[in-house]
Amino acid sequence: MEHVVIIGNGVSGITTARHIRKLSDKKITVISAETDHFFSRTALMYIYMGHMKYENTKPYEDWFWKKNRINLLRAFVQNINTEKKTLRLDNGTDLAYDKLVLAVGSKPNKFGWPGQDLDAVQGLYSYQDLEAMEKYSPTTKRAVIVGGGLIGVEMAEMFLSRGIAVTFLVRENRFWGGVLPKREGELISRHIKKHHVDLRFETELQEIISDDNGRAKAVLTKIGEEIECQFVGLTAGVSPNITFVKESTVKTNRGILVNEFLETNIPDVYALGDCAEFHEHPTGRRNLEQVWYTGRMMGETLAQTICDKKTAYRPGMWFNSAKFFDIEYQTYGRVYNELKDNEADFYWEHESGEICLHLVYDKASNRLLGINTFGIRMRHEVCERWIDGGETIRFVMEHLKDANFDPEFYKQYENQIVREYNKENGTSFKPKKRDWKRIFAKN
Amino acid sequence: MKFIKNIGLILCITGFTFFIGSIFVGDYQVTQQTFDEWINNKGVKSEIFIESAQIEVVGKSFNSFQLSSKIIELAENSAEAHQNNIQLWQAEEGQEERINEEWSKVIWTSWSSTHKDFTYPLLQASINSHVKENQWVAFLLTFGLAIIGGLLYITPDFILLGPAGIKNNKLFQHSSTTRGLGGIVTAVFFVTFYFLLYFFPDFIVNPILTTNKISLSLSGNPASQWFMYGLIYCSVMTVFAVKMYVKYRHNLYQVIRTTVVLFFQVAFAFLIPELLVRFNQPWYDFKNAWPLNYTFFFDWNIDSLLNSGHLGMFMLVWGIVLTAIVIPVVVYFLGKRWYCSWVCGCGGLAETLGDPYRHLSNKTLKVWKFERYIIHLVLVFALVMTGATLYSYFSGATSIFGIDTYTIQSWYGFWIGSIFAGVIGTGFYPILGNRAWCRFGCPLAAYLGLVQRFKSRFRITTNGGQCISCGNCSTYCEMGIDVRAYAQKGQNIVRSSCVGCGVCSAVCPRGVLKLENAPEDGRIIDNPILIGKDKITLQ
Repeated sequence: MEHVVIIGNGVSGITTARHIRKLSDKKITVISAETDHFFSRTALMYIYMGHMKYENTKPYEDWFWKKNRINLLRAFVQNINTEKKTLRLDNGTDLAYDKLVLAVGSKPNKFGWPGQDLDAVQGLYSYQDLEAMEKYSPTTKRAVIVGGGLIGVEMAEMFLSRGIAVTFLVRENRFWGGVLPKREGELISRHIKKHHVDLRFETELQEIISDDNGRAKAVLTKIGEEIECQFVGLTAGVSPNITFVKESTVKTNRGILVNEFLETNIPDVYALGDCAEFHEHPTGRRNLEQVWYTGRMMGETLAQTICDKKTAYRPGMWFNSAKFFDIEYQTYGRVYNELKDNEADFYWEHESGEICLHLVYDKASNRLLGINTFGIRMRHEVCERWIDGGETIRFVMEHLKDANFDPEFYKQYENQIVREYNKENGTSFKPKKRDWKRIFAKN
Repeated sequence: MKFIKNIGLILCITGFTFFIGSIFVGDYQVTQQTFDEWINNKGVKSEIFIESAQIEVVGKSFNSFQLSSKIIELAENSAEAHQNNIQLWQAEEGQEERINEEWSKVIWTSWSSTHKDFTYPLLQASINSHVKENQWVAFLLTFGLAIIGGLLYITPDFILLGPAGIKNNKLFQHSSTTRGLGGIVTAVFFVTFYFLLYFFPDFIVNPILTTNKISLSLSGNPASQWFMYGLIYCSVMTVFAVKMYVKYRHNLYQVIRTTVVLFFQVAFAFLIPELLVRFNQPWYDFKNAWPLNYTFFFDWNIDSLLNSGHLGMFMLVWGIVLTAIVIPVVVYFLGKRWYCSWVCGCGGLAETLGDPYRHLSNKTLKVWKFERYIIHLVLVFALVMTGATLYSYFSGATSIFGIDTYTIQSWYGFWIGSIFAGVIGTGFYPILGNRAWCRFGCPLAAYLGLVQRFKSRFRITTNGGQCISCGNCSTYCEMGIDVRAYAQKGQNIVRSSCVGCGVCSAVCPRGVLKLENAPEDGRIIDNPILIGKDKITLQ
């Protein structure tokens, strides 16, 4: 029986394993050095804040693995021998595979800052990172977080829930400036400040200063300001966690290089998820996409290929979501931080300054290209249909109510949004009523 | 703000202390007149009991425990003596008449059903206490302090918890919400309360008296333990509804739902029935549907409604229409939530007082399987009991298939009505979560669930591929539904147990879940998970 060995029990590895089991009878082994069972690392913050226990973050009960004959192995893989098709484990034994899946994930970026390896200097990615945060929290009065992205905000929220003050250093002139357009960045920046975070823009980390015991006691910024702190969060993105793969014959760049079938340069070795980098992305998206759902989609795809139904990875329209303290964010299609030459946009913001909708469309054809929404939930399927179907901005505005996904009784803003659109564009149409037939139409 | 909160806590604890402390004060003196009236009202025929009680009880002073246990002791002694006589006479011929007469002298004092009806009126009539003398003051010192204190404790969170949003911080780090010491103490308190309420009201004559003035001004009758319970229920729900308003002020679904369910409790389950009594009509809760309201078809209830003119007849018809037509039709359009989390009193308490315990529900597959057996068995039990009751009512026979109808009713009343619904259902909030009764025991929920599962427009829609499997939805599902298992597959949630509280949707950080009523077509997604644009359907 063919033995498929999967390194990494995150969403990518586990999805692959589950779908291989659905499709075949192969022997499956999943190796992880992190935890015994699959858990949702997106929920690490909730464990720290007391919203959940570790147990609650496991999407499957512990009996699930045995029942589905997925062997779980708690071990650290030291190296890969692609000729002999074996893995060397940290307990000194070798494990043979017929097919190898690398789903090893990422690690927080460190950009060579002096002091970056001190105690109480870390990112938030693994379960061990969470344990370390727990360990240092009781002795932390102020934490400095470096890098304005999603994990940074999560870390800030976590510390604030324990009454720990947070200083947030952001290189750009607004929050998440590399991704969010100016007004959205400002909206979120205001919200973060409302939560009493000491948010500092255009401030870069120079150095982390150690106390006598090798623990961070302050940071020094590029302009020479020293900020006393007992914890430094490094949240300036993540990069593939592939040190041991680099020593093997498997070809890597920033990540493990794969083609559209998630195959590496070595036969029977595959890579997916955070650690996989496309030579050229099959649908023109970024070559490295470190988000939850792409790991899941790749896992579903790869399982087909491994089970002799060779399937190319086709993730379709880009989408994503996040939550910044109390404000939810969803995006569908592409809204870049700066408009491209061919793009025009429509931006509406509620008077509260905490809700907005941003639509980007093609100047020439008026076709919708992307949606950013803050504080309004939108329907994935409807947005996808609009963007993939090349609907015009006018059509989208007219049918905006179809996309609302907020809970019942929530205040709806479509009339207001369309009024503003009409004002800006000299038009005078009214939004159509929500229509179930349109919403649930088969694509 | 913290200061106000602490003051509130102190006031609330003081109120509870007075309330509980009142159990232990006052003395009970049975006067000759009280005694005679009680013997008369109860129709006591046992001369053994009357003689011994005359000597040992009348004119003496007791506390509640002493008096109650004395009466029970004497009653049991007399019952034993009578039964001995019966045994002796059964050996002889021609003693049937004497035996029957002797049977009528036996006083039944089983703690689970008949004890309280026997002793409570005597204790209530013979108490002397400060509470009895100063009922308004007692009300203010107990209910007044507890309510004001509770509100003062809760409302500062409006500021303290920061901007509006989901704030479940430290819920899993507190002993009272994680089955720790705090939770166990709370559960013991709740369970004790229910035992006293259901089985030993004679011990809580003073607490009941604290609500006497309110009862007199509403129905004109002195307060019973059920009146006190109703008032506590409404007060607790009101205070904890304010907590919901603070916690979910950004979520209009929760705000409206909380308001509506509180309204139905206060108006329909409390004020209207009490006022009906004032106008000599039957006590009737218009929203309490059979089979949750399992006594609806009991002979005494049917007789009482039939003897109450047009209004009584309307109540009888409405009760049947409610269960047979209104409920399934509305469940078709809105899901069972319209009843379970918008109208029902049990649900109302679960969604207010019970909210801090919702995450304690068990999410395992094993318990889901258990749930499906037990809740439908209770429904069958309710159907059988009601069937037997109606058979007896119309045929006049007291038993069916050799089983006494009254016995079936008592079993149901004790095991389901009292132990399951009250003691376990509410008493175990801090252990089993806030919907143990609704999930495992409520026959009405079972009925509503069958309709919701097979013929309804209601579902929780999953928003495409946005789920990140974080597990907030499953964690906070009070019915123990593993919401995430559906959401991460892109499957809509269609489950008979879902009461539509809306909290999964509220706690989702990615906007994945929406409760909605939409066309039935496509409601259940059998083959979920679509890979990107090419839509490869996976089995």
